[in-house]
Amino acid sequence: MTALYLTLLIPMCSSILLGIFGNRSWAAKFNLLATVAAFASSVWLALNVLNHGSLGGYTGQFRVDSFNVYLIALTAFVGATTAFFSLPYMAQEEANGRLSPGRMRLYHASYQGFLFTMQLAMSTNNLGVLWVAMEGATLATVLLVSLYRTPEAVEAAWKYFIVCGVGIALALFGTVLLYFAAAQVIPDPENALLWTVLSAHASSLQPAVMAIAFVFLLVGYGTKVGLVPMHTWLPDAHSEGPTPMSAVLSGLLLNVALYAIIRVKIITDAALASGTLHSPHMAGNLMMGFGIVSFTVAGLFLHRQRDIKRLFSYSSIEHMGLMTFAFGLGGPLATFGGLLHMTVHSLTKSAIFITVGHATHIAKTQSIDNIRGLIKTQPAVGWGLAIGTVAIAGFPPFGVFTSEFLLLSATMKSYPWLTVPLLTGLAVAFAGLFRHLHPMVYGDVPEGQQKVEANMFPVVVQLLLVLWLGIAIPGFLSHWFDQATFLITGSHLL
Amino acid sequence: MMDWLLSLLELVVFVLLAPLFSAWVKRVKCWLQNRRSPSLLQPYRDLRRLFSKQVIMAEIASPVFRVTPYIIAGATLMAAAVVPFISVNLPTAAIADVIVLAGFFALARFFQALAGMDIGTAFGGMGSSREMTISALAEPAMLMAVFTLSMVASSTNLSIVIEHLMAQGLVLRPSLFFALLSLLLVGIAETGRIPVDNPATHLELTMIHEAMILEYSGRHLALIEWAVQLKLMIYAVLIANIFFPWGIATTDSMSAIAVGAGTLLVKLVLLGGVLAAGETLFAKMRLFRVSTFLVLALTLALIGLLSHIILEVG
Amino acid sequence: MLEQLPLYQQLILTLAAMVLFTSFALLAQSRVIPMIRIFAWQGLIVAATTALVAYDSGKYDLYFSAILALLLKAMFVPWLLQRLVIRLGIDHDEHGAEHPVTVLMAGAALVIFCYYVAQPIEQFSSSITRNTIAISMSVVLLGVLMLVSRSKAVAEVVGFMSLENGLFFAAVAATHGMPMVVELGVAFDVLIAAVIFGVFFFHIRDSIQSLDVDQLNHLSEREE
Repeated sequence: MTALYLTLLIPMCSSILLGIFGNRSWAAKFNLLATVAAFASSVWLALNVLNHGSLGGYTGQFRVDSFNVYLIALTAFVGATTAFFSLPYMAQEEANGRLSPGRMRLYHASYQGFLFTMQLAMSTNNLGVLWVAMEGATLATVLLVSLYRTPEAVEAAWKYFIVCGVGIALALFGTVLLYFAAAQVIPDPENALLWTVLSAHASSLQPAVMAIAFVFLLVGYGTKVGLVPMHTWLPDAHSEGPTPMSAVLSGLLLNVALYAIIRVKIITDAALASGTLHSPHMAGNLMMGFGIVSFTVAGLFLHRQRDIKRLFSYSSIEHMGLMTFAFGLGGPLATFGGLLHMTVHSLTKSAIFITVGHATHIAKTQSIDNIRGLIKTQPAVGWGLAIGTVAIAGFPPFGVFTSEFLLLSATMKSYPWLTVPLLTGLAVAFAGLFRHLHPMVYGDVPEGQQKVEANMFPVVVQLLLVLWLGIAIPGFLSHWFDQATFLITGSHLL
Repeated sequence: MMDWLLSLLELVVFVLLAPLFSAWVKRVKCWLQNRRSPSLLQPYRDLRRLFSKQVIMAEIASPVFRVTPYIIAGATLMAAAVVPFISVNLPTAAIADVIVLAGFFALARFFQALAGMDIGTAFGGMGSSREMTISALAEPAMLMAVFTLSMVASSTNLSIVIEHLMAQGLVLRPSLFFALLSLLLVGIAETGRIPVDNPATHLELTMIHEAMILEYSGRHLALIEWAVQLKLMIYAVLIANIFFPWGIATTDSMSAIAVGAGTLLVKLVLLGGVLAAGETLFAKMRLFRVSTFLVLALTLALIGLLSHIILEVG
Repeated sequence: MLEQLPLYQQLILTLAAMVLFTSFALLAQSRVIPMIRIFAWQGLIVAATTALVAYDSGKYDLYFSAILALLLKAMFVPWLLQRLVIRLGIDHDEHGAEHPVTVLMAGAALVIFCYYVAQPIEQFSSSITRNTIAISMSVVLLGVLMLVSRSKAVAEVVGFMSLENGLFFAAVAATHGMPMVVELGVAFDVLIAAVIFGVFFFHIRDSIQSLDVDQLNHLSEREE
């Protein structure tokens, strides 16, 4: 249990500390140190869970099982690597005069606060607290989006705040309905929102109420996942905020929101299984619908992007759509693929955003038309971007290929006709990414383009991990995924 | 037979009291605005003077123009007969329901608008067009409020509605609360009071009702004026008796009728005071805002209806 | 049936209808100070309902929620908004929707929709206040409608906060309050959100010299 408390307390306390001292010169190093410490404790937590099975704590208010523990570790890991990248990157932003020390304090405090809310969202057993933490994540990041105070940044932040605020409010309404359904069958109302209690009583929950609650929760949390048509905030927030934040938003926040939907889906499925009122697969069907629409629309939008960060944020929407589709499809194979995809997408996408951050520093612009010849100016950044994009587009031997392959096989098995739009979508997205990538990496170098001080270590580590996951998934990890698959679908894959 | 006599008697009292009610509203308004008020009998004197005057008509006036005052007065009189006044079980109220009441008003308004256009003056046509614009929004709102009532009481007959509400005692019904608000707004619009129309001025830019009757004189004008006062009284009695039915006579005994008359008088005095206070507090709104005002009435009626369906049934 | 309920339960239902009415009033109101006043009234009604539900159900921790709602929704947030509006000097601007009549009609349609959606829920509860689910869902969606129909930042915030009122109302009236830890968390989030909104007003005004968020339209997928 200590490991869990540490994982939560470290970011919380650092957030407070950095809120006070965040403008000092050592703040960025402290930020990094805190994330590394949080990562270490999350590894400890993961080892605990691996050896002893799921953990609960504080009268059942916390619960770490095989599903969320790997997400907790992943969040801590990407948090640490991004902090590693942000150290020189933000220093350069400050040196360029885009940020004042006061803003740096805000940035550091928000960064840690954001990590804290996400870890809280994942480790809590209480669906109400999960909501509070999700809203907290919005509040922690909204001022980060407007960090540069340009009209575009303020606009993006306002949109982010309003759209996500409304979305998350609908999710709260869904939570209230969930509680309403639970209060009818669970004797102690104080425990009626605990996920473990809910899933134990799931089959006696009223299907009619649960169906409506799930729709609200799906739309609400789906807004944060970035599902079309509630995705409008996502490209704006990613493109206008500081790059480290884009990395953690894409790599982590979207995952956490999807995690929330899956948790609710497990309960809804159990509640609807007996009902005749709705199809027992209603939750899954809805998720598949939203997923495939997001996947297709985002793939098409990739083609018309002019801003490199918007480009990759649409790619995030596309992949989140794919994952939502996978979890909606259900069944052990698709779920396993979805879990794997969550992991590899997080790693790859945050690596890409880190590279993109360097690329924008080299070209001094985010406009795709003006980023040219990266591979000649600074080979490390150019190669990083090229390999990252190859990985995210789903080429073998990277992990994204493996997970997409699993997903396609599962689709082929249950809905053969859906493989056609999936394959088409993948091809469209591939074309959309590469038509922009090629000139950026290989084009003619503009005059006076200089190298920048780049920190490619996190990128290398993350892309190597993705490669490793593509070639051979280590035994303990596949065991974990299998446990999580069992938790979600009720049957093992391996 | 006794019933019919009683009914006729109440109708006569109703018609005779209507100018007095208008005068009372005017008096309270004067008090509130620190002005000297005319005598309470002034409307009667005006009516008597108008009746004794010669009718002057435009040469091109058609028969429609001629018969309109009688139709308006007649329709309004019939409407007054439909509304339970001092006692509930009137035979006249039993044979007609609230939709008929709305129909009488619509008939009167239709002829009013026709007559307004008949002479062909600019003002008359303008007034008619404005009147029809307002009524197009006010009528649905009124009907919606009335439907709320009839859903609560499962009847459109006013007597039965009132008896039903009396029988169940004090029940807080959100639907009735909204229906009351809506009916108040509709009543203000329909009787041409501030803030929709101002009965006291002939300002060409804003007048609605007065614009339509500019060409009338003599006994024609007297009939129309009386009908207007009657209409105000009908709305007042309607609101007082439906939403605050306590005291209304449910039997034909003398004592019950005396109590009914007394309470009704108190209710009307209070309601007139409220109307005067409202007219003092609010300024007349621009004509273009009137649609928003009436849509608010419609929305209120709709909320009333919905809250009955959502909150009160089941 | 309504007439068989005790008087204070009838009062709860009446207050529910009043909350719905204030939502419509917010939709129709175009001047900002009266808008904030109506919002404060809505908060007050919600707090009063909470106290009544606490009395009705005998759950005394709901009194605490009622006080929280009173302080936060009826006093602090309106006070903050009003102060900001006066400091920003925008208290005489037009804050209305472009087509108020259409918006009101759309609002009425939304209420009917909510009733339709909530109907299957209501038959599964023995709670006396189950009917309020449709009402609170309407208040939530009317808040969303207000958000999308207004172009001024302050009006959008009022819409957002009234949406939050609907959520609170749902939690109180339909389920007799959420677990305490959740309620505290939600209240905390609302508080922070209100403060951040305040910060944003200044950011927006600094960046576009106005609080008309329709002018925030640089980021979109339109071709330039």
